[in-house]
Amino acid sequence: MSETTEDQNVRVAAICDQLITLEGPLLPILHEVQEEFGYIPDGALQTIAKKLNLSRAEVHGVASFYHDFREEKAGKHVIKICRAEACQAMGADALGDQIRRHLKVDWSQTTADRKITLEPVFCLGLCACAPAAMIDGKVVGRVSADRILQKVGS
Amino acid sequence: MSIKVYVPLDSGSVALGADDVASAIAAKASKAGSDVKIVRNGSFGMYWLEPMVEVETPRGRVAYGPVSTDDIDALFEADFLTGGPHKLYLGRTQEIPFLKSQSRLTFQRCGIVDPVSLDDYRANDGLTGLESALKMTDAEIVKAVTDSGLRGRGGAGFPTGIKWNTVREAPADQKYIVCNADEGDSGTFADRMIMEGEPFVLIEGMIIAGLATGATKGYVYTRSEYPTAIDVMNEAIKVARAAGVLGDNVLGSGKAFDMEVRMGAGAYVCGEETSLLNSMEGKRGVVRAKPPLPALEGFLGRPTVVNNVISLCSVPVILEKGAEYYRDYGMGRSRGTIPIQIAGNVKHGGLYEVGFGLTLGEIVEQIGGGTATGRPVKAVQVGGPLGAYFPKELFDTPFDYEEFAKRDGLIGHAGVVVFDDTVDMMKQARFAMEFCAIESCGKCTPCRIGSIRGTEVVDKLERGEQPELQTELLRDLCETMKFGSLCALGGFTPYPVLSALTHFPDDFKPRALDIAAE
Repeated sequence: MSETTEDQNVRVAAICDQLITLEGPLLPILHEVQEEFGYIPDGALQTIAKKLNLSRAEVHGVASFYHDFREEKAGKHVIKICRAEACQAMGADALGDQIRRHLKVDWSQTTADRKITLEPVFCLGLCACAPAAMIDGKVVGRVSADRILQKVGS
Repeated sequence: MSIKVYVPLDSGSVALGADDVASAIAAKASKAGSDVKIVRNGSFGMYWLEPMVEVETPRGRVAYGPVSTDDIDALFEADFLTGGPHKLYLGRTQEIPFLKSQSRLTFQRCGIVDPVSLDDYRANDGLTGLESALKMTDAEIVKAVTDSGLRGRGGAGFPTGIKWNTVREAPADQKYIVCNADEGDSGTFADRMIMEGEPFVLIEGMIIAGLATGATKGYVYTRSEYPTAIDVMNEAIKVARAAGVLGDNVLGSGKAFDMEVRMGAGAYVCGEETSLLNSMEGKRGVVRAKPPLPALEGFLGRPTVVNNVISLCSVPVILEKGAEYYRDYGMGRSRGTIPIQIAGNVKHGGLYEVGFGLTLGEIVEQIGGGTATGRPVKAVQVGGPLGAYFPKELFDTPFDYEEFAKRDGLIGHAGVVVFDDTVDMMKQARFAMEFCAIESCGKCTPCRIGSIRGTEVVDKLERGEQPELQTELLRDLCETMKFGSLCALGGFTPYPVLSALTHFPDDFKPRALDIAAE
């Protein structure tokens, strides 16, 4: 059951109305839209633009600038592996290679069965328990490839 | 009376299983009929001992760690609820040498208190700094902060008092305090730890900054990678508002200050203050040219203090105990304490707050205990992805803004990342360029194009294409980025690259030739 674009626009407009009084409301709105839909639907850009008196291009420019905002839904599970220096010092590169080989995807891709999205992240602030990852929003430290894959049932 | 058991809610501790440990203790206690109250506290920052569980006993709080769910049965059998002996027993928490040898001023309550209990915070001398600030004029507060010698802990090391004074003197109907909590540097986690473990000290520091400058509204801009810090901060703000610490009438003084948390969206460059302001305004996180300074034209074009979390969290103790008390710690022009974060391939990783002046060798070898893998240390990167790599030969460098600058390095946000002898420094240099390319905001050419060219030059070096020419080219490119970039991202990326090239020349020999020679 896919909802119509019109239904979607109503929901986006409601989010805008709720947050528009904030100073600098665009980022909070985009976060909320992504929370609601799992990504930023193309149609949402126009609705947000109208509400904030911006051009669609301006909203697109902002949404596409930040790594967090997705243009399409992620897989059922999202694995974020830290690729920054402290984790590199504890074998994060090899860990990333292992996971990519096993899942047959590269960074920022989703497996063909739409089950798992693999993303790089540059620092989770878990540098004293490296290598670190975030799986479906939950942090794990001193992690191995086996443990990551076990957590997503792959 | 129930027995208090402390299990940290700190992300580092949770990443190592603290949530499961807490539920296992609760389940076992209820089965055994023990009256246990579990408090989710912040971490003391000893991550090799996390999850570290503490129990309140008549002889004080005693610790056990690192605890896994497999240990719970044995701990109950050993009667750990009364502090009984067990192989994970660490003694009284405050007597653990790593903690005892520190000078905890900024982090004095982190780990000790329930993060969202204002009563706990007050019981441990919280809000006394704010209370004394309320009795002072704005100029007196600024003077105290200036006299303390406090410099920006985000990395630039700019005197906090001078920045505050600029905002104080700027005329405007609305001014802002913006806390830069966009802690993206690898190897740093002090901001996260204190927001999760002692959020009221940040709130208190921001209110004091507001009183000193005439700002009535504050924002904490933090990372989406820090969900727990966001939750704890939001909860603490709610509690502070309900208790009249925040709001129209701060502690009954008639002065107003309120604040909220804003979440970034995964852009490293937003840790740069002008990008951060653009991001908060709902724009692309692109760097602004300075001047105008944010102190005069900041958030929404109004006078704005942009301070790092640790700078703001150091303010309450200065107001509580006086500028001199704080200034007495440290060395040279680096006054006070610095929370050093020891990370990467290190045995005793964690947060160590101490006066400036320890040598890098003392930090890595003695406090950090050497590498986790047991192999020799080869390089240490200080100050995040834009910081220089130091070889062992420079381990006598004291932790001080100027001393690090003298050796072509920077202390940045005081993250220290240790690498053992398996690290390939050419790869690290390439990564520095690659990271800059990924995170560049695109505003200035040296950063946007230079970083891409940088990765290409390192690739050519690796393949052995005219190595001498490439080395020269890489140095030249670094000069251009250093002096031609608008902000620290492009401007400091040369630090890791050049330090790797200078201190580890053997790693930059062509790989193809190596294989041929074997």
